[in-house]
Amino acid sequence: MIRLNNVVVTYRTSRGSINAVDGVSLEIPDGCVVGIAGESGCGKSTLMKLIYGDVTSPMSLSSGSIDYGFENDKGAPITSANIREQWFKRISYIPQSSMNSLNPVARVGTQFIDFPGSDPDKKRVMEKVRGYIGKLGLPPETLDAYPHQLSGGMRQRVMIALATFFQPELILADEPTTALDVVVQKEILLLLMDLQEQMKNTILIVSHDMGVHYQTTQRMLIMYAAKAAEYGDSEKIFRDPLHPYTRMLISSLPAIGDDRARQGISGTPPSLWGQLTGCRFAARCPLATDKCRAEEPAFIEHRPGQFAACHYAGTEITQTGNGQWQ
Amino acid sequence: MAVILRTEGLNKVYRLGSFTRNRKIQALNDINLNIESDQPVIISVVGESGSGKTTLAKTLLRLIEPTSGSATVYDKVVAGKGEKLPKREFLASIQPIFQNPFEAFSRYRPVDAYLHETATRVAGLQGNAAIDAVEQSLASVGLEYADVRGKYSNQFSGGELQRVSIARALIPNPNLIIADEPVSMIDASRRMIIINLFLKLKLEAKRSFLYITHDLATAYYISDFVAVMNKGVIVEFGPAREVMTHPQHDYTKLLLDSIPTTRQRWRPRSSVAI
Repeated sequence: MIRLNNVVVTYRTSRGSINAVDGVSLEIPDGCVVGIAGESGCGKSTLMKLIYGDVTSPMSLSSGSIDYGFENDKGAPITSANIREQWFKRISYIPQSSMNSLNPVARVGTQFIDFPGSDPDKKRVMEKVRGYIGKLGLPPETLDAYPHQLSGGMRQRVMIALATFFQPELILADEPTTALDVVVQKEILLLLMDLQEQMKNTILIVSHDMGVHYQTTQRMLIMYAAKAAEYGDSEKIFRDPLHPYTRMLISSLPAIGDDRARQGISGTPPSLWGQLTGCRFAARCPLATDKCRAEEPAFIEHRPGQFAACHYAGTEITQTGNGQWQ
Repeated sequence: MAVILRTEGLNKVYRLGSFTRNRKIQALNDINLNIESDQPVIISVVGESGSGKTTLAKTLLRLIEPTSGSATVYDKVVAGKGEKLPKREFLASIQPIFQNPFEAFSRYRPVDAYLHETATRVAGLQGNAAIDAVEQSLASVGLEYADVRGKYSNQFSGGELQRVSIARALIPNPNLIIADEPVSMIDASRRMIIINLFLKLKLEAKRSFLYITHDLATAYYISDFVAVMNKGVIVEFGPAREVMTHPQHDYTKLLLDSIPTTRQRWRPRSSVAI
């Protein structure tokens, strides 16, 4: 179980400080695939960086803590202070752009050797790597190739191989298939799901594609303006969401074979620079009342295992014929 | 019936490499499309990266010269063999909208300067008539001239700025608007605002669109016709609903089968005990 205890992540800039993640509390069970969705700038990538432990200036964890639920060799619990020791071994990261993440002047095989592994015998490691990438559908010659000689899908497979080689407990995938075509995307996602079912690791996936979330995740976190808006079982989030933002977002998605009209959500999230009072979604919400504008809703469990931050969680909203929400 | 879009044997070959080691890429391979209608239509071109869909758009926009063949838009030859349309007249009949509005507008110039330029140079309007045209086209995309005037691109959100670029394209009253991935940079929650705007402009302002996208769900939502491209070839073309619900070609089937939908899972996902 990974526990986020009211974490606040601050970026310090010359204009002042800004909280890109502002008080998120979360419990992620072991072996769970969790999707994180939200608009650009809502803090989802910052949250991923924080969980990975890649906290460098100007970013800082200004309050709250993370318990990863595992211990290091000396028996000390892993927290955000010492998570870096566990990089690649128990926590790994699959970035969006594999082209920018692989070393362009080193053969793929060498990049496996460069890993902080325990085995000093390089030949034995290479044999293991060769066997492992075979399971991921990569031919052995891949190890002798330079990254630019591989297709985008193969490079992303190499990234997944690198990230899963040591069977880490926790894998963070930030838009792992955004740069890929849909046919390749499906292969990569199915591969990732296969590996997860074998290794039972916890995976956090950030994606802007709700379809990717529906296909791969068991739980979903919906973020809005640096806050958690809703968290719970994916099936429930898609079928019966609590938060009006989730509800409007999901019903705005067009689908092949469905001719009903869809509406986007007009307006934009509030600027995080200003003083924010009340619910951050209030300005775009058809349910908003004076209470919403004055009082910030707490992130609480409204149904078993389903959390939301809304004063009117679960209230139906529908679209009228002329495209208005009510 | 008017010919909305017709291409005849359209080919584009890119040559790469040096004199001794040259390589050819056939980006467009004998594209023959014919769409005739009395009513404005939305035509989608769908395909993956490298399928040639952007090359097709650029050929119609005269940004690249086809290697052979020709293209006709609203009964006028606009590209390739027999193309005689003067530039201003061409720009007044076909207008583009690009993927990233932040690249389309300079950061160092207020966005309304682009709108005025289109009104004066392309639409040939002067003084108050130009300002009226700018105001009207901004109103048709749901923006106020007063809110846009004097602002720079970084003062807009992606969705708003994309609406400004649509307003700019509307000023000369073009018959056809070519939109190359117009919503892929826009957040999912606001994407449908732009898509619905295209539908509204088709119905109310009688504009036709060529909508180029890799997103089959939005293509299904707005288009009358759809062309599926793969490796420079149109593998399937027809009425959008028919092609997308009863695909004939294997590639179209593969593409439709690979979309991550929110209806049916590829495989069941177990739920985790709490």
